[in-house]
Amino acid sequence: MKGKVIGKEQLAGWLDNLREEYDVWAPVKGNGLVSFHPINSASEIYFGFLNTRKTPKDLFFPQSEVLFSFRRGEMEKDRDTLLEKPRIIFAIRPCDAQNLALLDKVFDSEDYQDPYYVERRKGTLLFGMACTHPQTTCFCTSMRAGPFEKTCLDLLIVDLGNDRYFVEAVTEQGKDAIGKNNLLEDAGEKDTERLAKTKKEAEEKIKSKIVIEGLEEKLDKIFDSSLWDRVHQRCLGCAICTYLCSTCHCFALLDEKVDSGGQRIRSWDSCMFPGFTLEASGHNPRISNKERMRQRVMHKFNYFVKNFGQTACVGCGRCIRNCPVNIDIREIIQEIDNE
Amino acid sequence: MQENQKHLREAAEKLLSDKKVDVIIGYERGTLPLRTRPVFIREPDETKKLVWNSRCENNLSFYLKTAKGKVGIVAKGCDARSIVGLIKERQVKREDIFIIGVPCPGIIDRKKIEDTLEGRDLQEGVESDSQVILKGEGFEEKADKDKLLHSSCTTCTHRNPVLYDTLIGKEIPEPKMDEYSDVEEFSSKKDNERWTYFNDETSRCIRCYACRNACPSCYCPQCFVDQSLPTWFGRTPHPSDTLIFHMIRTLHTAGRCVDCGTCSRVCPMNVELQILNKKAEKDVKELYGYEVGTNLEELPPMATFKIDDPQEFIK
Repeated sequence: MKGKVIGKEQLAGWLDNLREEYDVWAPVKGNGLVSFHPINSASEIYFGFLNTRKTPKDLFFPQSEVLFSFRRGEMEKDRDTLLEKPRIIFAIRPCDAQNLALLDKVFDSEDYQDPYYVERRKGTLLFGMACTHPQTTCFCTSMRAGPFEKTCLDLLIVDLGNDRYFVEAVTEQGKDAIGKNNLLEDAGEKDTERLAKTKKEAEEKIKSKIVIEGLEEKLDKIFDSSLWDRVHQRCLGCAICTYLCSTCHCFALLDEKVDSGGQRIRSWDSCMFPGFTLEASGHNPRISNKERMRQRVMHKFNYFVKNFGQTACVGCGRCIRNCPVNIDIREIIQEIDNE
Repeated sequence: MQENQKHLREAAEKLLSDKKVDVIIGYERGTLPLRTRPVFIREPDETKKLVWNSRCENNLSFYLKTAKGKVGIVAKGCDARSIVGLIKERQVKREDIFIIGVPCPGIIDRKKIEDTLEGRDLQEGVESDSQVILKGEGFEEKADKDKLLHSSCTTCTHRNPVLYDTLIGKEIPEPKMDEYSDVEEFSSKKDNERWTYFNDETSRCIRCYACRNACPSCYCPQCFVDQSLPTWFGRTPHPSDTLIFHMIRTLHTAGRCVDCGTCSRVCPMNVELQILNKKAEKDVKELYGYEVGTNLEELPPMATFKIDDPQEFIK
């Protein structure tokens, strides 16, 4: 279909219209961090962000959630509805949206559907904001995507660098969201030209490259390599890389019991923690940071590929930017390639 | 600083050539603009990788816990205090380490650089004596280093390492100041204001434990939050778990924390609880006359008892 355009000044009106039917979540700035929050007015949105510190994966797979409550061995009641109203996530970056295609493989496969994830996912529309200012740490173009990637999006919005946004519907629901108001108009030839130019410029700005072709096979052969002795040395063993990662999705199940009742809770867990593989006998097969870091790399670039046919990384660069000791996955991939 | 970097490389090369140490833990240039990172040097010709500048933010004493053989370690003022603590707490042996002390005029807080940039991406950075030049898409600007220093550095009174085997360059003057004025100011706030502050800060915590893992004083083989038999704390980011984790960590490090600022530097969520650590440091100083990590002889106050210790808490 042909794209639409909306004046930047009209955007608030459009979002206000949408808020009648949806809860709108958007990037908001606070304490030096930008993160997604439900908004009551478009004026709360912070547009000057490159990307959020945390990924919006927690809007589908929260850091911690009660799966059910129990009392005296009986399930207490059906769980509450997870979303009161359908949701729009406004200005999600294409890499973070693309990530949901990977999480879908885990939580919404043919064999297994996680009801909590699926309910949130089905009840959410994704309005992507194309990445016109990629960062030096971004390498999405190496991960079979790009700053204008449309995977999982319902709408792709592009800042044309003038007073307008280009809006392209990707799905039927996206089309409906546009159709519900008259603030958007058909894009003209100049808008389309500008769109192509903006896209080309954004893609050219991404200078970081990693090579994933052949990586899976390479990793098959180097499980016992001395490379792992080198790359883990400076690792502190914290969970920044995994908790801020778009794709990391490991969790622990815990029962928190009070008197005769309690709750079963699902919480994020990290392969970088010693307790992640600590067995009841006291034995720990991943005894040091070396084994844990190898697992992190193997899961993303080998096991996930074997299980689901795709690499579990979208190239958002959060692990690189936020690692306190500057461990850089691009460098590790390069070292693996050099082996 | 350039001069000191040269001396550092020379000293390190000699130590490795003379086989005085097996490894040198120092800083090398990182992969991101203005970043450095820990490096482990084992060959004399690799010592040219070593750097020394105002971005050497990590407290390297963390690595002494797992290092093997005789270790040369680059230590700023605060790092040297951490090392003193680790020796006193018998986590490392004095004879197993060779301390390469470097006087430190203060370390730049990369979060302050981020604030200066207001969302713009830093593509290149250059540090001079008093300024840093920040460059990116469509901008190039200068910022004074003084204004970018980490808060721990602005109140630091131990810029020169208290313990070293060799000192790089000359000692620098120690500033005279009331290092606890911020604690006084914070303490004078109303209870509910302080409570709100701590709740707000810890509400952003994602329990990644970077603060704990990077802290030289946090070396318990199993942290209380990781214990599962019995479970002392839930793993959720619920306030009852998160707030208590941070409060207990403060208590566990009281009389041991040297205010190196590592916990605040590493936090990905900008959780800022240093005021609490500093309050504990101040209390220990006032109650026991003990300044953490400044000498090897005096016993840590939490590990000893003196007849004139304050006992007002026993009613």
